[in-house]
Amino acid sequence: MTWIVQNLWLIPALPIFAAGITALLKQRSRVPAASLAIGSMALSFLLALCAFAHTLAQPKGAAPLTFNFNWFQFGDQWLQLSWMLDPLTAVMLVMVTFVGLLIFIYSAGYMEHDENFTRFFCFLALFAGAMLGVVIANSLLLLFMCWEIVGLTSYLLIGFWYAKPEAAAAAKKAFITTRIGDLGFLIGMVWLYSQTGTLLLYNSGAGALETSALAPLVAHTTILGLTVSSAIGILIFCGAAGKSGQVPLHVWLPDAMEGPTPVSALIHAATMVAAGVFLIARIYPLMAAHAATILTPTVALQVVTWVGAITAIFGATVAVAQYDIKRILAYSTVSQLGYMMMGLGVGGVAVGMFHLITHAFFKALLFLGAGSVIHGCSGEQDIRRMGGLRRFMPVTFLTYAAGMLALCGFPFFFSGFWSKDAILHAAHNWSISQVPFYLGALGALLTAFYMTRQIYYVFAGSNRLAAASHDDPQLAAHFEDPAHPVAHHPHESPAVMTIPLVILAPFAVLLGFAGTPAWPWFQSFLDDTSAPFSSPAFFEPGIIPVMISSSMLVFLGLALGWYFYGRKPIASAESPDALGKLQPGVFTVLGNAYYIDALYGATLIRLNTFWSRLCDWFDQFVWNGAVQIVSYLVIGFAWVDNFFDAGVINSGFDEGCEGVSRSGELLALLQAGHVQTYLRIIGCALVALVIFLLWGAKA
Amino acid sequence: MNSLQNYLLLSSLLFAIGLAGALTRRNAILVLIGIELMLNAANLNFIAFWRFGLNPSALTGVMFAIFSISVAAAEAAVGLAIILAAYRHSKTTDLDQMNSLKG
Repeated sequence: MTWIVQNLWLIPALPIFAAGITALLKQRSRVPAASLAIGSMALSFLLALCAFAHTLAQPKGAAPLTFNFNWFQFGDQWLQLSWMLDPLTAVMLVMVTFVGLLIFIYSAGYMEHDENFTRFFCFLALFAGAMLGVVIANSLLLLFMCWEIVGLTSYLLIGFWYAKPEAAAAAKKAFITTRIGDLGFLIGMVWLYSQTGTLLLYNSGAGALETSALAPLVAHTTILGLTVSSAIGILIFCGAAGKSGQVPLHVWLPDAMEGPTPVSALIHAATMVAAGVFLIARIYPLMAAHAATILTPTVALQVVTWVGAITAIFGATVAVAQYDIKRILAYSTVSQLGYMMMGLGVGGVAVGMFHLITHAFFKALLFLGAGSVIHGCSGEQDIRRMGGLRRFMPVTFLTYAAGMLALCGFPFFFSGFWSKDAILHAAHNWSISQVPFYLGALGALLTAFYMTRQIYYVFAGSNRLAAASHDDPQLAAHFEDPAHPVAHHPHESPAVMTIPLVILAPFAVLLGFAGTPAWPWFQSFLDDTSAPFSSPAFFEPGIIPVMISSSMLVFLGLALGWYFYGRKPIASAESPDALGKLQPGVFTVLGNAYYIDALYGATLIRLNTFWSRLCDWFDQFVWNGAVQIVSYLVIGFAWVDNFFDAGVINSGFDEGCEGVSRSGELLALLQAGHVQTYLRIIGCALVALVIFLLWGAKA
Repeated sequence: MNSLQNYLLLSSLLFAIGLAGALTRRNAILVLIGIELMLNAANLNFIAFWRFGLNPSALTGVMFAIFSISVAAAEAAVGLAIILAAYRHSKTTDLDQMNSLKG
């Protein structure tokens, strides 16, 4: 057991500790708050690098390094918690700490004018610590606890500007929606515990993900012919789907963009939403466990694949018709998370995780770029009112373009190409159905299309912000407000915001070369196999055709984007969308995200409201009536009792007490408080005494 | 009627006047003066009983009288101070209104 494994807990503990101290600071101590958070994150990053180096040095095929400890005892069993270090953990640790560190630095600039700066960094550091806790956990219970803290901080940060009603509602929505998924997670976890008696994932042969525990789970079947392992896997996937915005539970993610932009970048693009994907990757042995005789993928993995594919195409189509710069990226995130899930389903841990890592970098880059754009346009988020920003914000434009090409999967030079291609390739080879492959390919086309649309709207053409502000008195007032000394022209953001962009951009481009088919270093690192460089691997059957067809789709998407939005410059903020003019009906449906929110409002929420009303009615008239009858009975008894007390028992006492108090009153007359009265009495007594003495002497 | 009885009559008259003053006056200072009169009546008795007593050469009566006069002076100082404090507290020296001794 080496130093780094024993002290792995320090990586999440440092940011949590920083959050604890920041919580005690005064509201105005901005510099200590920011430097604590950034400093703790930098230390965690260094430790994560140590951990990464340690896993690199591990021999291939070794068991994961774990560290168990007892938490508390119930009955005759000790509940054990544990953390672990394996390649998956190490990669995630480095990604989360590195992206987190850059976003922390960026936030120091972005939130500079916010009066709750300290609170922001407190929440941010708490989030980072909890997320790192999820990553290192080797016990489902520890993972679940950190998972819930992550959910809590997400709630706190989405609702950071809680005075805005939309932000408060979005925070509530995110919290409740993810709770629905987490219920499945909890049930799955309890079921797993009842079957295997342990929640440790790896425990030198006795963990829940090791063959001794998985064999009985695979052997038994439950409802619908599912094996127990698949059923538990699907339940846990519910939690992952809630966190990662998979289709039935995706509704919270676009609304979460009400939070500050660094939060959107860190939590709702790079790390937290990836936690669901990470969870499935972590419990992949459970998801994939099958009897030796069955060769098709398990039902759990099929569910993951289908949900992922549907999410991928859903997010991509909706993103086409959005106008809010952050909402486009949010739906794009939904879509990319779908790709990751699909990658896990069809290709295994390495394929899904590779896309997770590359996506984390370029999506963080895109969100930070969007934040820079919003900052430069003084809070404007509507892409119809932007335009021409290429000239005003060159650094932001260049880095944003790198992120955009990576997201589109522009061939050969950008990371998104390699990771998306790995997913499409795996989907092409899937034994069940080709449909996920076609959905994914169509999604790739749409991704290129909507990102081109966004780039043209935001960065090309002439600036429409000033023109729009003339028409909109509220916006015009905002510009003439002396408290906001910004010009009518947009401006480039300060260095503290652009430097993280510049650091992230090369990663968004170059990271893909760690996992090309010719040199699948990343995949082999996660799968614990060795992979030398081999150029012939490029020419294995199936790789080149998929690569060419996906490249063609990307080019087609870019070209379509140019055809609709780049050919003629967008005239004014009011001119209708080019696609909207062509297909207004479809465009409106997409713009409203297929009316899923309205559907939930009309069905689930209405049902819930109806049920609450019913419960309320039941409470008011049935239960309340019963309670009222009982209470009247008790009151009646009490009245009888009271009569007996007052009439029989009390009157005797009362008489006695009144006698005492009357005699007291009489005696109190003597104590009038007049000194002279007392003196007078003394005088009378003296006279009486003298008379008595004189007469006594005579007698 | 010998001279002792005259003194005793005088002292009892003095005592009665002092008592009457202490009982009837409203002003606390006048009440104090009345009490001083009663004390002096007692002093007069001391002197008279010593002068016409069994052993007039021992000067015991004078000793008593001087003691009681000095005690009376101290008592007057304390009494006046109390009256002054009570006045500052209640803004009055009227004894009818100073009835906070009431139980």
